Amino acid sequence: MLTRLTVPPWCATVAVITLCLLPLALLSFQLASGDLGPDPAKRLMQGTGYWGLRGLAIVLLVAPLAQRGWRGLFRYRRVLGLFLFLYVSLHLLLFAQVYVGWSGALLVEELKERPYVLVGFSAWLALSPLALTSTDRARRSLGRRWRQLHRLIYPATVLAWLHLFWLARSDVGEALVYGGVFAALLLWRLRRAQTRPR
Amino acid sequence: MKKRTYTDHSIASSDITPEQVFLNRRALIKASAGTMAGALVVPSIAAAQASAQSALSFSPDADRSLVDEQTPYDAVTTYNNFYEFGTDKSDPARHAHNMTTDPWTVKVGGLVNQPGSLHLEDVLSKFDLEERIYRFRCVEAWSMVVPWVGFPLSQLLKRFEPKAEGKFVEFKTLYRRGQMRGTRSFTSIIDWPYREGLRMDEALHPLTLVAVGLYGKTLPNQNGAPLRLVIPWKYGFKSIKSIVEINVTAKQPKTSWQMLQPSEYGFYANVNPEVDHPRWSQRFERKLPSSIFKPNRVPTLPFNGYEEQVAGLYQGMDLRKFY
Repeated sequence: MLTRLTVPPWCATVAVITLCLLPLALLSFQLASGDLGPDPAKRLMQGTGYWGLRGLAIVLLVAPLAQRGWRGLFRYRRVLGLFLFLYVSLHLLLFAQVYVGWSGALLVEELKERPYVLVGFSAWLALSPLALTSTDRARRSLGRRWRQLHRLIYPATVLAWLHLFWLARSDVGEALVYGGVFAALLLWRLRRAQTRPR
Repeated sequence: MKKRTYTDHSIASSDITPEQVFLNRRALIKASAGTMAGALVVPSIAAAQASAQSALSFSPDADRSLVDEQTPYDAVTTYNNFYEFGTDKSDPARHAHNMTTDPWTVKVGGLVNQPGSLHLEDVLSKFDLEERIYRFRCVEAWSMVVPWVGFPLSQLLKRFEPKAEGKFVEFKTLYRRGQMRGTRSFTSIIDWPYREGLRMDEALHPLTLVAVGLYGKTLPNQNGAPLRLVIPWKYGFKSIKSIVEINVTAKQPKTSWQMLQPSEYGFYANVNPEVDHPRWSQRFERKLPSSIFKPNRVPTLPFNGYEEQVAGLYQGMDLRKFY
């Protein structure tokens, strides 16, 4: 469907970027207007974290949708991935600012003692080389290894989900919904790999 | 900015409005609330909720009050943990109005000589209410300073004459599925009703409060109306809300969070910066309201700053083991 659109591609790119910026714009607006309540840090942590997770699901959804005929979507996967990394990085920055107070010792302690922090941090670590190698030049110079490297999104997804699951205290409903979506997206890839061995 | 909705700090307990006048006034306010709401242009939702609460008569208690900046009413009444109404901080303020709190009865039983029940009217008329400004520290590493209105739990317990073999006190929150959407969540792993417990000496400690109000008015539902506990030296989840049952027991009662995750939540749950929680470091707290660039992160004090008053209760105990 998208391939049949007659609008110039840059228009669609602008639209995608605008959509990606919407959650951030909304959160910033709420922050500025005091809508986030007495503990805005917590709400921002949640907001950026959830959009990171949703971003992962959206990026992982591109390939299955492309297979069903929406091939034009591949064009926007890089932008989507970079924005997902932006949300995840903001999430981490907020953690450093509000929870750890930029104390290295405290960060080490958090990583050592709280598995959900370690797991979340690892997910960010796994995603950062993908963001760094997202340029055309990096892609060309890495060649075959670029594809291999970018498979890091799969462990990052599992780690990010584990991060969410570990944070659930008394109601695991939300974690289960995200888990179902991620499981479906990862299983689709597993099946594809089995049916189309390269 | 400090918001003061109560005015007179010099009221002596003998000056408290007689019971009948007080109750009539409450009825009057209730009856006129409908017409008033129609006539007034209400500036915000929080203000609308505030006007729905009736004023209480009480005396201040300077001895046990803090000289500290109080958390604004809006923050105290819109940022709550009351999982019966949902797990998000804003859920209780949005959904707790579904709970009916009138009539309200608290059943008191177990190892007492005079088992019986208390109606809310008795609670409000039989006890002298006083204001206590306490620090409130949540295990999630945020804190507030709240002017509660209430009376010591010891006064309530003494009315029912606990037996000598009663070593603990167990509390239960209202569990009414039809009015509490959080309890209907099928993915929730809490075993309702919410339960809490105290050792008898903790329950009888003069700081342990039965709160019926905050900021000079009756408690909003999301804060645990019509009556709740406030134990200022323990993490907030010990301060059980909307109590319907109190039992004196010989054995240590099971508490909801402890049943759910014994490695994370102990029976005592005393505020202790030295004993970490697997989810949150307890060394610091965000004193609300907090902001991104000024998180208002302050060091947490042992026993939440009430060490002098309560440390004696735990002498000789290994607080790392009995967390």
